[in-house]
Amino acid sequence: MSDTTNQLLSNLNALVTGLFLLTAFGIVAMRQARGCLNLFIVQSLLLAASAALLGLRYQSVDLYGVALVNVISKPVVVPWLLRRTSPAEIYTRREVDQALNIPTALLIALALAILAYFLGLPLLKAVAPEFRGPNVPIGIAGLLLGAFTLTVRREAIPLLIGLLAMENGAFLCGIAVSRNLPLLIELAIATDGLIIVFIMGVLTRTVQKQIGTTAVGELAALKEAPVRSAQREETK
Amino acid sequence: MTRKIIFNLIQVLVVMVFAPLASGLLARLKEMVQSKRGPSIFQPYRDLWKLFHKDEIISEDSSWIFRFTPYIVFVTPVFVTLLIPVLTNYPLFFAFMGDMIAGGFVLALGGFFATLAAIDTANPYGPVGASRTRMVGFLAEPVFMIVFFTVSFVAGSTIPYIVQEKWVSPLSNFFLPSHVLLVLAFLMLILAEGGRIPVDNPAGHFELAMIDESKSLEYSGRGFALMKWGGYMKMFVLMCIFLNVLVTPWGMASGQTVGAVLLAIPYLLFKIFCFLLVLVVIESSFSKLRLFRISEFLGAAFITSVAAMIAQVFLT
Repeated sequence: MSDTTNQLLSNLNALVTGLFLLTAFGIVAMRQARGCLNLFIVQSLLLAASAALLGLRYQSVDLYGVALVNVISKPVVVPWLLRRTSPAEIYTRREVDQALNIPTALLIALALAILAYFLGLPLLKAVAPEFRGPNVPIGIAGLLLGAFTLTVRREAIPLLIGLLAMENGAFLCGIAVSRNLPLLIELAIATDGLIIVFIMGVLTRTVQKQIGTTAVGELAALKEAPVRSAQREETK
Repeated sequence: MTRKIIFNLIQVLVVMVFAPLASGLLARLKEMVQSKRGPSIFQPYRDLWKLFHKDEIISEDSSWIFRFTPYIVFVTPVFVTLLIPVLTNYPLFFAFMGDMIAGGFVLALGGFFATLAAIDTANPYGPVGASRTRMVGFLAEPVFMIVFFTVSFVAGSTIPYIVQEKWVSPLSNFFLPSHVLLVLAFLMLILAEGGRIPVDNPAGHFELAMIDESKSLEYSGRGFALMKWGGYMKMFVLMCIFLNVLVTPWGMASGQTVGAVLLAIPYLLFKIFCFLLVLVVIESSFSKLRLFRISEFLGAAFITSVAAMIAQVFLT
């Protein structure tokens, strides 16, 4: 392929990863559970687009496979599974609460994204020059932001989406580091993710049936109170 | 040399003449989407004409600021027009007098005086709107700064004529993540600064909900005409910066003849028409945010602009 096409493909891939970073920020800050899920779908499509562009750039069939598996599993099967398993009440509620207010959460998320750059630097030095690109640091940033979502969210579905966003970040990193990721691994991980979604969905439904809410962030006090009294008795 | 000065003046004339048209067109397009008839697209010209022929009433208790402000609000967008590419893609006579940051500050000066004038007459609604405008303003300020820093980081300059070259040479630069994210962030800024829908409702006439409009409540006659015209021009100038420097740096005159420069006018109007269509879609599909949600909207703009910068750092 000619140099200009390669340059264009690299820039398009960079653009896709940039938008990926933006959706990762969005998942941290989005108010509605529904919006969170939609953003996750967009993020997965962007991940697939990045895999397809890299596949085109480096003529790798495996990356096409990764893109295909991503397009089928995450944007289609995950929402379907969630709809089937988790309570419908979450999607109709307009607002879900967070541990931090949104501007603060976003500022911390920004700091994490910058941290991801410094984490990515040594990793970038370790790989061959042609594998260097925006994928590695932005993938790490996606991983960190997903983990951060896990800490600030208090609602079951956004928590699950944070977990899946972490996986997306790891994959965005992975497709750049190794060109020939065996398709089998990708398939295995995709299945694994779906099973996680299934289990979490069923769990959420059970939690809602037992205590009437899915705001799992508020369950901490319920759980800790007897433990504390037991500890007190021990110290006595 | 004289030719470049003349071209500069043509730019100013174009902005002055066509700014009310853009506003009328936007209002008309919006009414068409809402299945209303609406006034003609030339209504802003008629309003201005009528206002210039009316008597002006100025409160006895107001100071010189109140009388002085309409002129500042009118002059600042004209001044910025001298600095930015409106019709030509080569720098004109005054282009190196200031960069994009200077342009932003000059526009902010007009906003600053409008705020002072709103407080000046002690009308109860003026200060409410003024303080809200300041709130939007100081939340938008960091976004402006990051956008300009990223522009200078990518293009190596903040002179708009140099920046617009950067995005299209080579063409693949157009797809740089920093460019696309900057465009998004700047679009959000235009919505906030122009008092458009997610932040403020320009068609609302309920004083308690006003943000931008309430600043000119006390004006009448010629002062009001100048305030209105200045507002139209500010929006037009922002659209010119957005379209000509960031989004579509094509279709501008590269020749040195008067004909080439005049030919760039229809191109510019076409681009602005397309942008107005986008604005109409945004304005008709969102509702106005609650006041304290504005910080979240501008927070999103801030994140977008910082993501543009981070993406650029990651690339190099």
